[in-house]
Amino acid sequence: MIKLFSLKQQKKDGEQLARTGQQKKASAAQLRIQKDINELNLPKTCATEFPDPNDLLNFKLTICPDEGFYRNGRFVFSFRVGPNYPHEPPKVKCETQVYHPNIDLEGNVCLNILREDWNPVLTISSIVYGLQFLFLEPNPEDPLNKEAADQLQSNRALFERNVLRAMQGHTVGDTQFEACLK
Amino acid sequence: MAADILSVLSGSPNPLTSLNSKRWNSLRHILERPGPFCKSDFTASAENLEALQTVLKILVIGAGGLGCELLKDLAMMGFGNLHVIDMDTIELSNLNRQFLFRRKDLGLSKAECAARFINERVPTCHVTSHFAKIQDFDESFYSQFHIIVCGLDSIVARRWINGMLISMLDYNEDGSVDPSTIIPLIDGGTEGFKGNARVILPGLTSCIECTLDLFPPQVTYPLCTIANTPRLPEHCIEYVKIIQWEKENPFSAPLDGDDPQHVAWVYERSLERANQYNISGITYRLVQGVIKNIIPAVASTNAVIAAACATEVFKLGTSCYDNMNNYMNFNDIEGIYTYTYPPEKSDTCLACSNTPQDLNVDDPNTTTLDDLIKILCESQRFQLKSPGLTTIIDGKNKTLYMSAVKSIEQQTRANLTMSLAELGLYDGASIMVSDVNMPTTIQLILKYHPNEVEMK
Ligand SMILES: [Zn+2]
Repeated sequence: MIKLFSLKQQKKDGEQLARTGQQKKASAAQLRIQKDINELNLPKTCATEFPDPNDLLNFKLTICPDEGFYRNGRFVFSFRVGPNYPHEPPKVKCETQVYHPNIDLEGNVCLNILREDWNPVLTISSIVYGLQFLFLEPNPEDPLNKEAADQLQSNRALFERNVLRAMQGHTVGDTQFEACLK
Repeated sequence: MAADILSVLSGSPNPLTSLNSKRWNSLRHILERPGPFCKSDFTASAENLEALQTVLKILVIGAGGLGCELLKDLAMMGFGNLHVIDMDTIELSNLNRQFLFRRKDLGLSKAECAARFINERVPTCHVTSHFAKIQDFDESFYSQFHIIVCGLDSIVARRWINGMLISMLDYNEDGSVDPSTIIPLIDGGTEGFKGNARVILPGLTSCIECTLDLFPPQVTYPLCTIANTPRLPEHCIEYVKIIQWEKENPFSAPLDGDDPQHVAWVYERSLERANQYNISGITYRLVQGVIKNIIPAVASTNAVIAAACATEVFKLGTSCYDNMNNYMNFNDIEGIYTYTYPPEKSDTCLACSNTPQDLNVDDPNTTTLDDLIKILCESQRFQLKSPGLTTIIDGKNKTLYMSAVKSIEQQTRANLTMSLAELGLYDGASIMVSDVNMPTTIQLILKYHPNEVEMK
């Protein structure tokens, strides 16, 4: 066993030890997100936008599906990565109003790996693929927008028309959507 | 000798009278007699008790459920010089187990009240309080302590102090840790009837970051369950917390679990929602607990874990016995269960396996960032593919270059042709480098060499 310290040796007073010019140390969360971002391998339908390139913790993801109900739409998500990443998942919100069974009108997203199934081995890439999948395969079993989910289950053709109307900026039900076609 | 000791302890009780007191008889049996289980560097002597009283300086982080126990344990075990940090103030619901506080202390600083209580009650111990966040202090503060012991409920805070202690390590030429720079971290944690105590020797044993997956994930419920098929009172509270609060934003502020108006608003809405779905069990306390992610604390679990931690501080401080190796799980749900094992140090740990490496550069005025990236890609030592580089300048993160992300690449491309000096990278500056060819982000320390030194 290594001898850690001698009891005879008094520790110096705090002030005397201050090192000058010491730079702040990168946190483990920062080191991890840097790796995640540097290795982001985006599908061609996705793009990230960093408003401040020095801030890797806050960014936007744009998904433009090229197939499925939502093809030709353009959907923006905001990512907020906290100091407890990757113990806790990032906070992800959909900034584009969308008629979708798993996304509500406030932008909350029901994706298991964003909440109950999050695990520190998952990465930002995993979330991007999860979100992209939501547009290819909306899941009416886990509804967040119940009307949209019911519609998808009862009448796929009408659901598809509603999605298009919403993306064109028309009203669906009582909701006026903003246009988000490319 | 006596004068030395007294000068160290200005303002503290006179150790010479206390050292002769009968109250230390049982400690003397341990500290003044050799035994087969003592560590090899242990010498039985009366000086051990003296050191406990006058030399060893221990920091207790947290003055809550575990912190109160720790301060009491350490003070009664003969430690004479304790510091305590806590940013919280005392609430009514603390009083059942945080026994250093009284009703008259409500609203006051936990650190200050705890220190005052111990100082009045235990004449051989002096506690210095810091009503502050741990992040308010830098390494000059933490380096004054021999041992740091944590009773925290926050993983963020644990990760922070862990990173701080690892960043304070110095390394020998052969890459091994200079043991004199190690400040042991004893960490206790409890959740209801479960708890753990561990001994972390930064750089030698596994650290908080190595074993991040040992911390239980926060309880979360699927968003769609909360929104559509709530079954538990917690589902209703989460719904109001996540969805209704954002929608209605009643106080034009983020939800604050310490603001009674906020909690009351969530309580009323949760109750409405629970009634809609015929769910019972919504109480004000539960609402507050869900908002703040509180898991009910059990006084006996705190007492056991704090005692285990204090014992480890004592063993480390006096060398009277080998330390626990190094992680103990405890639970008292049905009977008592404990299991102690040493979790492995992770090779890819972002904190403790990430020893900063030196990178020699000839001339910071002629070497551009692009040159630096070429070195990283072409040298035998690194063989990187498309490294992303960041640094910290004046305490702020700065992305130097990252080719993988288009928007960052465009905004940092101009840096490529700038010299390291122009980028503000001084001798000894550290840069963080990630690459697909490396399992983690590594830290490089730039070392500038005048040309004549750096010749082949
Ligand atoms: Zn580690």
